[in-house]
Amino acid sequence: MAVAPYATPVEKAWYYTFRVICGLIFFFLIMPILVIIPLGFNPVPFFTYPMEGFSWRWYGEIFGDSPISILWQRSMVNSVVVAICATLLATILGTLAALGLTRADFPGKPAVMAILISPIMVPIVVIAVGMFYFYAQVGLVSTLSGIILAHTTLGVPFVVITVSATLQGFDHNLVRAGAILGANPVRVFRKVTLPIITPGVVSGSLFAFAASWDEIVVVLFLASTEQHTVPRRMWSGIRELLSPTIIAAATMLIIISILLMFTMEWLRRRSERMRGLTPS
Amino acid sequence: MAAVSPNAGGPIMLDGVPLKIRLERAERMRKVKAVGLILPLFIFLMVTFAIPIVVMLMRSVENPEIVQVLPRSAAAMRLWDGEGFPPNEAMQTFAAEVVTAKAAKTLGKAAKRLNYNASGFRSMLFKTGTKLERAIEKEGEEAVLQGPEMLERFIDIDKRWGERRYWSIIRQASPPHTAWYLLRSVDRDYDENTDIVPISEDQAIHVEVLWRTIVISAVVTLLCLLLGFPIAYLLGTLPTKQSNLLILLLLLPFWTSLLVRTTAWLVLLQNEGVINDIAIYFGLWDEPLQLVRNRMGTYIAMVHILLPFMVLPMFSVMKGIDPYHMKAAASLGANPVSAFIKVYLPQTLPGVGAGVLLVFILSLGYYITPALVGGPADQMLSYFIAFHVNTTVNWGLAAALSALLLVCVMIFFAMYQRLVGVGNIRMN
Repeated sequence: MAVAPYATPVEKAWYYTFRVICGLIFFFLIMPILVIIPLGFNPVPFFTYPMEGFSWRWYGEIFGDSPISILWQRSMVNSVVVAICATLLATILGTLAALGLTRADFPGKPAVMAILISPIMVPIVVIAVGMFYFYAQVGLVSTLSGIILAHTTLGVPFVVITVSATLQGFDHNLVRAGAILGANPVRVFRKVTLPIITPGVVSGSLFAFAASWDEIVVVLFLASTEQHTVPRRMWSGIRELLSPTIIAAATMLIIISILLMFTMEWLRRRSERMRGLTPS
Repeated sequence: MAAVSPNAGGPIMLDGVPLKIRLERAERMRKVKAVGLILPLFIFLMVTFAIPIVVMLMRSVENPEIVQVLPRSAAAMRLWDGEGFPPNEAMQTFAAEVVTAKAAKTLGKAAKRLNYNASGFRSMLFKTGTKLERAIEKEGEEAVLQGPEMLERFIDIDKRWGERRYWSIIRQASPPHTAWYLLRSVDRDYDENTDIVPISEDQAIHVEVLWRTIVISAVVTLLCLLLGFPIAYLLGTLPTKQSNLLILLLLLPFWTSLLVRTTAWLVLLQNEGVINDIAIYFGLWDEPLQLVRNRMGTYIAMVHILLPFMVLPMFSVMKGIDPYHMKAAASLGANPVSAFIKVYLPQTLPGVGAGVLLVFILSLGYYITPALVGGPADQMLSYFIAFHVNTTVNWGLAAALSALLLVCVMIFFAMYQRLVGVGNIRMN
């Protein structure tokens, strides 16, 4: 969208004004995330510039061996365990359901789809309060399993959506071809269907991972100190006394977000390329 | 099936079954297999998600306390027509059960329930229990609990028993189900004649909170639209190579944890924060401005968090709009502004609608961000649900408020489903 050679001065002026406006909006989007990262390396506990030097002090508070560090480290282990288990469960259940949803039409399919998607639409506090009330009666409160089940629920819609989207472009004649050539259904699934839908499955599971990794509200209700995850630990810190340790933890979360984002982008572009969708 | 005459079903297969029936059978098998694949997730979500929420929402109409603690009084009170005062026998039953429940240490549960309706009821009930116990010690059980003038005795213990209000509260709390919590969630109450009336203004809070929730969501949605439209347009009209690069600037905040972004704004906006320092350094203002723990901070942080949800659906629609439409309009003599309004804008509406509804639905349920960067006057419905669960432990009211919030969300979700279709939700 370069400015056309025949553009009038007004059009030219608008063209550049528009670009500046967009620049400012992008600045608004990115600035807060970039500005706080260096503050985690400030040797003094102030949240402003200019910084008074450079230190790993606040990262030391997370990775050291003081009682607080041990809480941080335990919360990291919890976060990783919960996110991985929830992702695996959500990926398996979600992929199977997506395969079923695209395989045939049956009465009530839109309603079933709406139920499978609803965990992303129902307000998170309502979900958390409902789970807290119900899980308390079956002894799942203050257990990692309870949190894993809850996070699986929150992540599963993403898997269903992305895998269904991938399957929409899927040619079912390939499955029939496989069957005609003598492969049993399991072999057809492993050798034909799975390789084609893998990008969708992987991106769905990355979404599910992110949903669990960032989740705080359900953890607020279901976890006691033993099960605290990193966001839950940050929450206590923010509420009590905002210390640069929180920013150090936030920076690590940002790095993981960046990794997730680039993986997703790489997958998306790869699948676009493979389907020949990328215009020059 | 065997009764079908051979020439009615068209071609017949080698095993003698008409092709049509074989196809129907195969089709049915496909459906069964499809349902079998969906079933595990469906059952999983029912158990971990749907049933818990339904069970919790049921709490909003359940009224078990009086029935459990004072069962015979509850039955007697339900028989009372609500006119004047309860009959003497009902009061006798009530007095006897209060004494028993106090001895069994279950009275607290009933007292807590009655205290929801009128604060001070709890202490009044315990005081009544103690005084009745003492009177029984002095005068004997029969004289106290079989007395002909029970109302007089109650008024002697506490003169508030002379007000009908307290007796009708017990009556209203006696059925096993009640609409009272739902009424309270919209600031209504029963009066002493069990008519529905608005509650006094100093107690009314929930309608205001609901209105505030809608206003905050609407303002956030509008701001997201204003900021999101230009960048979606830019991304949609740039060549793919450049837009792929710019879209990373949008996806980074999208992927960054909500808590991290809220923390970032808390750090930036606080009185000793980066923005106040820079503004004072450049002389924009002299004293640190209160930018956070108020409405302003809530809007800034929420818009920042929800902006990608507005841009992504608009971008995917705008990317599909043929740039030659605008050129055609120009060549037909439209100036750029009218070409934009008449040709481009109408084509973006599906994306705009999807983005607006999505952001609005998500804002309605916001809890973490307002709780951290908002002040007491910026808390939304979610906050009060959590408050009634954690602080007042009033499950009935928490469930009623949840139902209220859920209904609001469902209305807009139904609109979203009409417009976008659940099956068509896309990410990226």
